[in-house]
Amino acid sequence: MAHADQKLAIFRGLLKFKSNVQKIWGVLIFLSIVTTVEVVLGIIKPASLMGMFLGMKILNWIFIILTIVKAYYIAWDFMHIRDEKGSFKGSIVIPLLILIPYLAFILLVEADYIFDVMSTGFVSWNF
Amino acid sequence: MEVTATNPNEETNVWGGGNQPLNASYGKMMMWFFIVSDALTFSGFLVAYGFSRFKNIDSWPIADEVFTHFPFLHGVDAPMYYVALMTFILIFSSVTMVLAVDAGHHMNKAKVTFYMLLTIIGGAVFVGSQAWEWNNFIKGEYGALETRGGQILQFVDASSNKRVALADFAATIDTPRTTHASSNGIWFVDESTLPNYSVDEIKAGFAANENIVIRGEKIDGKGHKIVLSREASLEKINDAVNVVEGANLIHNEYGNRLFADFFFFITGFHGFHVFSGVVINCIIFFNVIVGTYERRGHYEMVEKVGLYWHFVDLVWVFVFTFFYLV
Repeated sequence: MAHADQKLAIFRGLLKFKSNVQKIWGVLIFLSIVTTVEVVLGIIKPASLMGMFLGMKILNWIFIILTIVKAYYIAWDFMHIRDEKGSFKGSIVIPLLILIPYLAFILLVEADYIFDVMSTGFVSWNF
Repeated sequence: MEVTATNPNEETNVWGGGNQPLNASYGKMMMWFFIVSDALTFSGFLVAYGFSRFKNIDSWPIADEVFTHFPFLHGVDAPMYYVALMTFILIFSSVTMVLAVDAGHHMNKAKVTFYMLLTIIGGAVFVGSQAWEWNNFIKGEYGALETRGGQILQFVDASSNKRVALADFAATIDTPRTTHASSNGIWFVDESTLPNYSVDEIKAGFAANENIVIRGEKIDGKGHKIVLSREASLEKINDAVNVVEGANLIHNEYGNRLFADFFFFITGFHGFHVFSGVVINCIIFFNVIVGTYERRGHYEMVEKVGLYWHFVDLVWVFVFTFFYLV
């Protein structure tokens, strides 16, 4: 039974829980903290994080990284990927890890190019 | 042919697909592969949104200025609080779902029932919240003009830099023009409801109010919309051809037309997922009550719908980031 071998540690073993129910509440607290940080940053918008990095504001990079962190804990602890076999984990996660960044890279580079064409071309878009 | 009872774990039956290399049941594995394909669908939508946004990176609407409502707080500028609340509601219903799965492992029918009920309530509250959000988005708050080229012109007070609603300054000009219904004239021709004000009324009201200026779609280096001077505004308003109040799939008062299209499409597609999740949860809830899984000997079905439900939560985490935060 899958229940017997549930892994009860998160943060690479830094935080160990006594029972599965306790782990669920622990993950909820962690997700709530991350969401709160996101919302606070989104409302304050600190000027120090408005610098650009790889074509995007540092603040936006922080949002995206925190979102992926949340997605990791939802998938690993709520959807029990942590307890699945390595090959099953890989067959779910690896296609997404390859295809989504690939699609995002292609379309965003293309969009940036179209932006340049539209702003430096001889056609007015603002009339 | 001889029929033999096969034990899936027996080495002898490997060629017949008898072992389980992934150690997951058929149903759970298929749910996971459905989720993988659905995740790719959603990422396609969100990347398309990113495409449109990067293409109009210097003129995209600012989410903080669009989603500023909170229930029972009229006129209070509350950017993001409401969607943050919705996020917490959905994460919490995810937690009750995983608690139901855990109770299922212990064959505790009463607890599974209780937590499934909480999950359904959380999902219903979320769908209701989204409906409220849509209602505000469609109704709009200030109204705007649209130029021939599809650019949105919004109005701000020159001294306080606060938005001004059309109703605050529009002149009243008597006009015989009314919404053309199919009951008048040619019976099969009608038109959508006319806005409350005509372009001429806005223009006259604008000329009479010296302290109102126009704000275009363009964004300056600090991420604020560029406000035109009074002279430039008086010239710019001559480009306007339409009055836009609220949002639909063709026009919206917030800015780029694609913004409202993606908002309706992505949050609508996600909302439909939540709705179907609530329906599936209800079915499982009643199955738990009548004891289907008690007789079956395990509650794996709860885990399967749980996977779908968590996936819906997972997608919302991304929609929240890309629509409201970034």
